[in-house]
Amino acid sequence: MADKKIIRKSSLGELFKKIRSDGKRILAPVDRGGKILFEYVDSPGSIAPDYIQTTLSAKDTLLPRCEEMLRFRTEQKSVYLEESLNRPEPTLIFGVRPCDARSIAVLNAVYLINYTDDIYRQKIDTTTIVGVSCAKCDEYCFCTSVGGSPGDTAGSDMLLTQMDNDIYLAEILTDKGKAIAALAPELFAEGGDVDKNKHCADVPVRFDVKDLSKRLPGVFEDPVWIAQSLRCIGCGTCSYVCPACTCFDIQDETDGNRGVRLRCWDSCGFAQFTLHTSGHNPREVQSQRWRQRIMHKFSYQPDQLDVIGCVGCGRCSRTCPVDMNILQHITDILEVH
Amino acid sequence: MIGYGEGSGNRVRAIFIQKPEDADRLILDDRCLQNLAVYLPKHEVRALGKPAIVARVPVLRSIQQLVYEQQLKEGDIAVIGVSDDGQVLDFPDLKSVGDFVSKIPLTLTPDEQAALKKLEAMSREERWNFWLEEMSNCIKCYACRASCPMCYCERCTVDCNQPQWISVPAHALGSLEWHIMRAMHLAGRCVNCGDCTRACPVKIPLALLNQRIIADIVDNFGEKAEYALAAFKPDDTEDFIR
Ligand code: SF4
Ligand code: SF4
Ligand code: SF4
Ligand code: SF4
Repeated sequence: MADKKIIRKSSLGELFKKIRSDGKRILAPVDRGGKILFEYVDSPGSIAPDYIQTTLSAKDTLLPRCEEMLRFRTEQKSVYLEESLNRPEPTLIFGVRPCDARSIAVLNAVYLINYTDDIYRQKIDTTTIVGVSCAKCDEYCFCTSVGGSPGDTAGSDMLLTQMDNDIYLAEILTDKGKAIAALAPELFAEGGDVDKNKHCADVPVRFDVKDLSKRLPGVFEDPVWIAQSLRCIGCGTCSYVCPACTCFDIQDETDGNRGVRLRCWDSCGFAQFTLHTSGHNPREVQSQRWRQRIMHKFSYQPDQLDVIGCVGCGRCSRTCPVDMNILQHITDILEVH
Repeated sequence: MIGYGEGSGNRVRAIFIQKPEDADRLILDDRCLQNLAVYLPKHEVRALGKPAIVARVPVLRSIQQLVYEQQLKEGDIAVIGVSDDGQVLDFPDLKSVGDFVSKIPLTLTPDEQAALKKLEAMSREERWNFWLEEMSNCIKCYACRASCPMCYCERCTVDCNQPQWISVPAHALGSLEWHIMRAMHLAGRCVNCGDCTRACPVKIPLALLNQRIIADIVDNFGEKAEYALAAFKPDDTEDFIR
């Protein structure tokens, strides 16, 4: 059971100071000319005052767009491994939306369950998530259709819900959350026994995700995929803004006889994603790539990892340059018989 | 027929009309900006048969350029042109498309020129920092490339990693190299449709790079510069290309 306290908005500055002196850097949403990006801040004054969702998700911290996996040195025909310089810094991410916090379960399923990825593990161990419930949503949000909600606690170490202008309900959810509260116990007061739901956005349930997962294998060969994806231009935007997309590409960069191996984001939307060295490409056309995106999130991942690969943040729909609206597409797929 | 239809919210989107009765879904208004020429080389669009395309001036220019570059030939497509003042233009063939747009010089609007001036007024260091900061947001999703009708290569230099021609990862150097390469490869080819800038999820002002090059071309070669790669002359005094 979460420990529920209240904290004043005006006390957040003090809390941020304590977190900084505790040696953690703080990432929070900052408004950069209309795009909302997670940046390092020292005080809550820098935080974007009003936004529905950040432009990019907090995934960039746990699974950066590119990061070092190892270093190497070559001498004649031998390759020697050198110590990697990729060491996570203790980080607190403030203002993560509940859908994004929920997406950590998807990253965990891929990077920790069958094989423990040490780089990712170290990041998770040193990162604290302070979520902030959503008071507003837009037509692209559908967290409630995929198991989440605007006040969902999953994935957060502490979840804040704004009750009125100056009061946040603080749900202290995990040991990491407790450690944050313990930095300044005087700032967390009793009085958390309140109903937060009326302060959260009302996101209607738009489809039955279990029904979708059940039906997807049956529509694999349906022409619906071509009809939906004719306008898709095959960029990586939907995957790169998605908090729950996990695919990566490996690139070696060398300078003389030294090099680094980097893990970089990759996307099933790209034509080269499945291109074999033989020249054969099992997903030759865009409709097959689009189908893969939906099948992976709503059929393969639920089957194999027991997790839905989408948290309904709506980013892919908001940012797709050609208005591929995932919610509309899912609703249409459910109408195929 | 490739045209525009209503999308989600207040957005519009490309639609592909395959039955006469669906033609009612076609719309055309100020929101219809996407450069639909991007769909012309697409396999699944081609597979539907010979397309007709709704084409405003930037799309007409792209078609002309694709013809120059031998990506389109007479008979491949039908063009339903729309002039800047909203008149429907009838083009019997692609040559007439070229003749029409050749008469409309590719120049920058006063706003675009003002934005360039602002950039030029910066010191070299300020400008460098401006771009470094903008590029630091690039996630290399390649929406700029995918949305551009002129980026039709099936395999882009940046997709080659054995050897790597330019740095692939989305780090500072990689993003900078990518954008320098892209801007240079579009020199004299970019039609200033604005799609790359609109497509970018992190709103990098890519147009400034292309527009700067357009301005340079106008300054150096005049408004009606012939397309350089199609205009090679054996008696050219520059010998670097031989
Ligand atoms: S769905 Fe949109 S964002 Fe995703 S690959 Fe296609 S065009 Fe790009
Ligand atoms: S698929 Fe789209 S809506 Fe679902 S989590 Fe990813 S970006 Fe959000
Ligand atoms: S669209 Fe924007 S973020 Fe994506 S590769 Fe181009 S400049 Fe970078
Ligand atoms: S570079 Fe940008 S503005 Fe130029 S043609 Fe391509 S998409 Fe249009």
